[in-house]
Amino acid sequence: MSVLRVEALDARHGLLKAVRSVSFTVSQGEILALVGANGAGKTTLLRTIAGAHKASAGTIVFDDVDVTDVPANKRTRAGIALVPEGRCLFNGMTVEENLLVAGRTGRAGPWNYKTVLDAFPMLQPLAQRKGGDLSGGQQQATAIGRALMTNPRLLLIDELSLGLSPVAVNAVYESLQTVIASGATIVLVEQDLSRVLRVATRIACMLEGRIVLEGRTADVDKEQITEAYFGLRRGATLEVEA
Amino acid sequence: MIDQIVQGVLLGGYYALVACGLSFMYGVMRIINLAHGSLAVLSAFLVWYITEQLKVSPFLAMLVVVPIMAAGGWILQRAVLDRSLRSGPLTPLLSTFGIAIIIDNLLFERFGADTRSLAPDIGDLSYRSWTLPGGVTVGQLGLLTLGAAVVLIVGLQLFLKYTPLGRAIRATAEDRDTAELMGINSRAVYAAAAAIALGSVAVAGTFLGMRSTFDPYAGGAQLIFAFEAVVIGGTGSLWGTLFGAIALGVAQNLGAQVNPQGFLIAGHLLFFVVLAIRFFAAGRFSSGWIKALRRAPA
Repeated sequence: MSVLRVEALDARHGLLKAVRSVSFTVSQGEILALVGANGAGKTTLLRTIAGAHKASAGTIVFDDVDVTDVPANKRTRAGIALVPEGRCLFNGMTVEENLLVAGRTGRAGPWNYKTVLDAFPMLQPLAQRKGGDLSGGQQQATAIGRALMTNPRLLLIDELSLGLSPVAVNAVYESLQTVIASGATIVLVEQDLSRVLRVATRIACMLEGRIVLEGRTADVDKEQITEAYFGLRRGATLEVEA
Repeated sequence: MIDQIVQGVLLGGYYALVACGLSFMYGVMRIINLAHGSLAVLSAFLVWYITEQLKVSPFLAMLVVVPIMAAGGWILQRAVLDRSLRSGPLTPLLSTFGIAIIIDNLLFERFGADTRSLAPDIGDLSYRSWTLPGGVTVGQLGLLTLGAAVVLIVGLQLFLKYTPLGRAIRATAEDRDTAELMGINSRAVYAAAAAIALGSVAVAGTFLGMRSTFDPYAGGAQLIFAFEAVVIGGTGSLWGTLFGAIALGVAQNLGAQVNPQGFLIAGHLLFFVVLAIRFFAAGRFSSGWIKALRRAPA
């Protein structure tokens, strides 16, 4: 059963078409990794799905409901949560407040303040620390925890490891395993290919706003992805049925 | 001298009460509400009208006017300010300026140019005072006004810190787009913030009516003093607003000792000096003490 269906989606930044006729589906429990060079359109695609950016054409269907024109806050309450690039914590608020403010959506589910802290033990001693005073890894953990507080059916994570030290990346991924084990459906933008191939069940590579490679991670190798990443496989989209 | 400082602090309490809503609205929505003073005068007229018609205490009338003004704030935000916010920062400024003109003239049309006061309706509270050692007099109404300002500011701080809506307001004030991504309906949050701001304006209007006279065009002066208090204390900070309001009140009272015209001039001068320091401190002249002045008290 597909949780998310994106059909011929376009998104623009002024005159620039950042996302061009992108179509894909994400099934329940699947982890789809979006990879691609800077400017490929990954962030815009995620923000458009979350409702933070307006689609200029195409449709976004979530849980069999067309949400293309639904405002961001209603999409979140329907079950789509985005961990934005750069974390975007509320820096003047404590970790506890950052988590609680996202827990107002009223969606029932396994995630609450306690279960989030259990999944991200590094946050437990930091509950009263302001968001702006945290390290990058702590901020990323808080941002993921904050998104989980909305009890999403679909979790979108943008640039999980961007700007983090290897130690922090390991710690965040370790905690993410708990989220994955809970059966979450995730779309993950990540630059670290080795890690992506270990974590994700499917992968899609974007180039200049289009998906140029898509398939199960078990069916694609690093070389194929690298070729797609740099545009060497342009026009040779690999479609592998899940 | 001490007496003048005490009177200045008490006067500052009133300014804080008026400035509270202005500061709150700017802090959350970045709207400088130029209709703020007129809305305070409108509240004073509403309290006066209810008091006169029903022969009840102004404090009781205030309990009726606060929810009326809060509802008005909600409607104002949804119908006017929310739309004007989409057109950039100048449009809300013009919108609120227009609203101020409409309110002033409607009040003039309905109530005429006569000055009014709620002082006769509160008995001897308007002039009762305690005399402290050293000849310092503390007016009971002034103290009550200062107390109301402190209660309002502490109440708002607690509300913002400990309630789900308060946290949503702070989150939206900090980053509206990210707040939306957390499931917060920022339009509803803004409307709630406007309702709270205008509820506090109703309290300020009541105290305006009790401590002095007012007429339909008295809003301008209220706006100027509130604006100066907010700027002196640091825009958007409620504690800063209290501090700025007291500093303004003390400056005005001390100025009045120098010259009868010094009351207004000293206040404006303090406002100008703080503004100039902030302006220069934004540049390369930022030394330690200037930075300290620049920072809004938390």
